[in-house]
Amino acid sequence: MGALSWIVVLPLVGFLVNGLAGNRLGKRFVSVVGCGLPIASFLIAAASVAALLANDSKPVIDVAFTWATFGRQSFEIAFYLDRLSAVMVLVVTGVGSLIHIYSTGYMHEDESYARFFAYLNLFLFFMLLLVLGRSMLVLFVGWEGVGLASYLLIGFWFEDPEKAAAGKKAFITNRIGDAGFLLGMFLVFFACGTLDMDRVNAIFAQGVPAGVTASVIGVLLFIGATGKSAQIPLHVWLPDAMAGPTPVSALIHAATMVTAGVYLVARMSGIFVHAEFASNLVATIGVLTAFFAASVALVQTDIKRVLAYSTISQLGFMFLAAGVGAYGVAIFHVVTHAFFKACLFLGAGSVIHAMSGEQDIRKMGALAKKIPVTFATFAVSTAAIAGLPPLSGFFSKDEILWFAYGSSFGGAPWLLLLASATALMTAFYMFRLLWLTFFGSPRMDEEVAHHIHESPWSMTGVLVVLALLAAFGGFFSIPHFLEPLLPLPLIRPEAQSFHGPLVWIATGLGVGGLLLAAYFYANDGERAARLKPKFERIHKLLSGKYYIDELYEAVLGRPLNWISEKVFLRIGDRFLIDGSLDGLAALAQRSAKGLARLQTGNLHLYTFLVLAGLVGALLWSWRNG
Amino acid sequence: MDKVQLLLSLAIALFSIGLLGVIVRRNLLVMLMCMELMLNGVNLSLVTFAHQMGEMVGAVLVFLIFVVATAEIAVAIPIVLLLVKRKHSLDLGAYMDLKG
Repeated sequence: MGALSWIVVLPLVGFLVNGLAGNRLGKRFVSVVGCGLPIASFLIAAASVAALLANDSKPVIDVAFTWATFGRQSFEIAFYLDRLSAVMVLVVTGVGSLIHIYSTGYMHEDESYARFFAYLNLFLFFMLLLVLGRSMLVLFVGWEGVGLASYLLIGFWFEDPEKAAAGKKAFITNRIGDAGFLLGMFLVFFACGTLDMDRVNAIFAQGVPAGVTASVIGVLLFIGATGKSAQIPLHVWLPDAMAGPTPVSALIHAATMVTAGVYLVARMSGIFVHAEFASNLVATIGVLTAFFAASVALVQTDIKRVLAYSTISQLGFMFLAAGVGAYGVAIFHVVTHAFFKACLFLGAGSVIHAMSGEQDIRKMGALAKKIPVTFATFAVSTAAIAGLPPLSGFFSKDEILWFAYGSSFGGAPWLLLLASATALMTAFYMFRLLWLTFFGSPRMDEEVAHHIHESPWSMTGVLVVLALLAAFGGFFSIPHFLEPLLPLPLIRPEAQSFHGPLVWIATGLGVGGLLLAAYFYANDGERAARLKPKFERIHKLLSGKYYIDELYEAVLGRPLNWISEKVFLRIGDRFLIDGSLDGLAALAQRSAKGLARLQTGNLHLYTFLVLAGLVGALLWSWRNG
Repeated sequence: MDKVQLLLSLAIALFSIGLLGVIVRRNLLVMLMCMELMLNGVNLSLVTFAHQMGEMVGAVLVFLIFVVATAEIAVAIPIVLLLVKRKHSLDLGAYMDLKG
């Protein structure tokens, strides 16, 4: 076992210790184990990445053991560290550790403290398996595992049926995507005879193997990615996933797990560069998701739901970048998004903490002075996600807009148009959130207002670190860092001259969103409220989230219920299965009743009859023998 | 009479005594004992034949039968106990109403 295996295994140890003995060992012990092991993982990861860079970025392969051998094929549990997984593993362990530390403050009063940390560590284990796995099979195990951890953590407060249902919804929706992923994996194995992703990419680099088309594989893998990364049409689970504790939303449903789909596409870029149709689909779905989710976020009133739709929207941006061939840029946005969105979610957690559990932004306001650290970090991250220079979000978003337009691999003006509109909406709804939460007049009850307090240092400290990362993370140019591995697409010649103006446009969009939000929500949203009656219908459509849930319920849910009830239950279960079994039982009972009349109950008679039969048989065999 | 015939006669005698006992006696426990007699008669004949043919398998089989018979009696005795507990009688006639 090399260093890479230890990165992965340490959180698993944390899960086992806290899961099995955590309740008996006390909160202090649970915190030390729960935070210490991820931090140790992070340190080992940092050392491994440093060693990787010192060694000319030659990929490190660490074979833990051979899982299965059949014929000449063998599946190994092997870990693979190149520049791409280096970026991911640092984000996962780094942001993951920070969120663990934050959780010690946030979950301090919870009864199931040890269970929470056990699940978090379990999640981290599977996530590291996902980003470090060399084979798609290992990646898939991690992929399913993070789904499980996500399910467990969304339904962490399972006494509330609604929260348990949200966990179930996330799990089932992901299954649909996973089916696509599995099929894609079968095709890859059929085509290449291996699932090791570096080998698959190498094979595809020499041309598409016979018998498959890259687009079919690409589309199937992307179906898997839409499930995990909440893209249309499988995005419905993510807003509901906000039922989980806030650190979970930050870690799993913003910073790490939901970006797994982007990582998959970037990791399999060797296939996607051959798959023009699949790539176009990725870009289209990405930009549509970004647009629609952002429009829904405009009218949400729950602080976490705004952020959830924002996450879906930003994930759409990442897929847009991946779809036009700028995989490095997609990963860049994954990283910057991990910083500012984790900070936003944790900030929202701090706000909720201060507000005694209230999540409705209409009942907040004027919190800026009362919780200054939370406010400052939240404001920085809001500016970052809105794309104000020189914060991290500006760099990644600007690059995405640029490649959406200029890439010779599917870049198009309409992509830029939709993406720009989305960027404007993003800035608008984020500043709206900021205004309604932190400015204006206080709109909460006396009781709640009395209890408002800044969070403990374990929470605010983490917020400050993340805000710094959100502010300055953009200066580290990840696309450039990844270029040897994931080359950026060529720029269309006619788009060349557009790069300069686009920077101004991107800045303008961010500032424009800020000014619009400031204008409409200055006096507790008075102007916005006046505007609302004019757009009643659109508002209804948006706050109904385009009625996608209702549509699925009508198209899938109700027919399924009907078939289950009328066909499977009545005809299948009750009539065929119960009917035939009950019929057999009744037949046996009735014939037994008839035969019972022959019985006397006298044991001697029975014995005598047996004897007579025996003698008769003997006589007969003697006669005829 | 040579030894084999003697043993076989003994086996037949054991079996017949047992059978007679099962047919004519009305006490449950005695009937069980008579059944064991029948079983032992058959066992004896089995060993005898095995010996005559020079096969060890028959002798081994007898031990298997012993084990099974032990198991069988271990089930039969509790049944009898339960029956007696209910009607306080060992007489077979008391249980005629057990028929289906």
